[in-house]
Amino acid sequence: MDFNHTEERRMLADSLRRTLARGADWATLAELGVLGALFSEAEGGFGGAGFDIAVVFEELGRAGCTEPVLEAGLAGGLLADVGRGDLVETIIAGDLKVTLGWQEPGLRYDLGPLSTRAENGRLTGRKSFVTNAEGADLILVTALQDGSPHLFALDPHAAGVTLHSTPALMGGSVSELSLDAAPAQPLGTAALDRRLAAATLAVCADALGVMESVKTMTLDYLRTRTQFGRAIGSFQALQHRMADVAIEIEMARSAVINLAGNLDSPDRDRHVSATKSLVGRTARLVAEESIQMHGGIAMTEAYALAPLARRLIAADHRYGDEDWHLARFIRLTA
Amino acid sequence: MDLNFTPEELAFRDEVRAFLHEKLPADLSSRVGEGEALAKADYDYWHAALNEKGWLAGNWPKKFGGQQWSAVQKHIFDEECAAARAPRIVPFGVAMLAPVLQAFGSKEQQDHYLPRILSGQDWWCQGYSEPGAGSDLASLKTRAVRDGDHYIVNGQKTWTTLGQHANWIFCLVRTDTAAKQQEGISFLLIDMASPGIEVRPIILIDGVHEVNEVWFTDVKVPVANLVGQENKGWTYAKYLLTHERTGIAGVGDSRAGLATLKRIARTEMQNGRPLIEDPLFAARLARIEIDLMAMATLNLRLVAAADAGAAPGAESSMLKVKGSIIRQQINDLARRAVGPWAMPFVADTDGNLFHPGPDYAAKASNVYLNNRKISIYGGSNEVQRGIITKAILGL
Repeated sequence: MDFNHTEERRMLADSLRRTLARGADWATLAELGVLGALFSEAEGGFGGAGFDIAVVFEELGRAGCTEPVLEAGLAGGLLADVGRGDLVETIIAGDLKVTLGWQEPGLRYDLGPLSTRAENGRLTGRKSFVTNAEGADLILVTALQDGSPHLFALDPHAAGVTLHSTPALMGGSVSELSLDAAPAQPLGTAALDRRLAAATLAVCADALGVMESVKTMTLDYLRTRTQFGRAIGSFQALQHRMADVAIEIEMARSAVINLAGNLDSPDRDRHVSATKSLVGRTARLVAEESIQMHGGIAMTEAYALAPLARRLIAADHRYGDEDWHLARFIRLTA
Repeated sequence: MDLNFTPEELAFRDEVRAFLHEKLPADLSSRVGEGEALAKADYDYWHAALNEKGWLAGNWPKKFGGQQWSAVQKHIFDEECAAARAPRIVPFGVAMLAPVLQAFGSKEQQDHYLPRILSGQDWWCQGYSEPGAGSDLASLKTRAVRDGDHYIVNGQKTWTTLGQHANWIFCLVRTDTAAKQQEGISFLLIDMASPGIEVRPIILIDGVHEVNEVWFTDVKVPVANLVGQENKGWTYAKYLLTHERTGIAGVGDSRAGLATLKRIARTEMQNGRPLIEDPLFAARLARIEIDLMAMATLNLRLVAAADAGAAPGAESSMLKVKGSIIRQQINDLARRAVGPWAMPFVADTDGNLFHPGPDYAAKASNVYLNNRKISIYGGSNEVQRGIITKAILGL
């Protein structure tokens, strides 16, 4: 038993934290090896294990980074699975931005049944909640071909492709993707489970990083904000709320460790749902409590807490929320 | 990062399991599992069985008769014992007084008391709380006045767990009334057979005689029974409170309780289906299980940190708060799971009266009620939250 990260992971986390604090762009992240850390050596990277993902995304969350790193790991991972190492190499180099459209209207967090269809290499249908499709060079989508889900690569600028994009709650963008006989390259049958599990871990680790930032920010505020002639952190009503927040963050960290350590175990999916359900619940608690402890200032867009609180809330809406995963955990435990 | 035990640790776990299989009688284990209050003979049997194996005080240093277990080994041992539903080791001598004697006691005290703790010759109880000193322990008033080679002790202790079985009590007493609260306290060892001591039972909300009041009227205690220095007792008491905190989460107990709860919920029927398939019940159960999975890892993180030499700080307070809440939630759900069978309320004090329901229902209400104590004792959860905020806020 050892709860310390390896030297390599610690170094990556440290340099990532320093670089992100200065404000890092996509090229810098690629240079730093952030993208390579998401892929195994066999896939052309130098990581890919649960704890690589956990370390990277905790730092991205801590810094509030909105670059499409999660999408690179998710869509890139699927490309690796279907033998497109050439594209993975380009992704790791930072020269190709990718994302995945797997959701559809009305399906909420479920993978199917899909309505989007592929016929003669052309896709027709709608994909929903495609994150960071704005600026992507390539979009992977799932669609039915001969009655079973297949994976396709789509050029966002091709004929028959329409993107309706809005800013996303967690930062970045989210798009509705309309496909009208859009030409696409077939990549074989779609097996998303392992990559979606990794993406769920990424969201959980990201949320953990955000929670740490929010905790620091709230503690600072409790120490410095005075009311009734004293620091508000001297009031027991707030102290006990803060203590509970601190406890729940340590629980969330433990849950992320559980998932990271079981990402490639036979018990993976049960851990995915246990961790995502707990982190979804904790993220909401931390967002709500930090806003409450700050008071009015936290309601303003100008204060730095706003995007972090939104990102915490958004975490519960990605890859299944607290209740969706609770129900799945029950099914997997029975 | 590695979430697995080493091969050596796994071998040790197997050894503990084999021992429990051989030495823990099924009858005793099932009574522990069903939450029955144990008799002194039950505790004595288990104490002796563990001592014979050398595992009663496995984490004591070798020079005092222990095995010098690592925190991980101690954790494995505790978890396995809890899972097998072994009686708990009565902690007052083995886990509470002994570390204080080992750190601050004289050679004579160590040589005299430690072997008697191991052999079971002495049953210790704890004289800390008083009617006016609960969470504010330092306000304790029991007085010890020096008179030649003796202290004369007057006052009252309360919540003295299993004091009815004890022949010795370690007490915090006030030896200097002029000093600041924490600086006038001493740590005294008192023979319960001394004239002037009276033990009165307190019956708890679940009808069990578990705790007592202990009254002291002009009790003569030899000065040789003072541990460490006079007026330094608070330091020793705090040492005791920060020692061995990794077991405080009660993860093993929660795991065993959850397994029992699932068994109940598979047996009880609701709307023609096993209760465990009821969506609302299943959701409550799953949420606790998910919390427990995280709690187990949080606990292990601290165990590993303890082996790496880290002093337990606010983290053990976190374990206490969250661990006690999870345990109480399990007890609460077990009581709800037995449905109307929670109503027949048969206490130990009811003599030969039997609970008419299934065995697993007999003590569901009692255990639920009894374990409301765990968020109160050992520093209430509110006191723990105060410790946590001081540590992270610096206020």
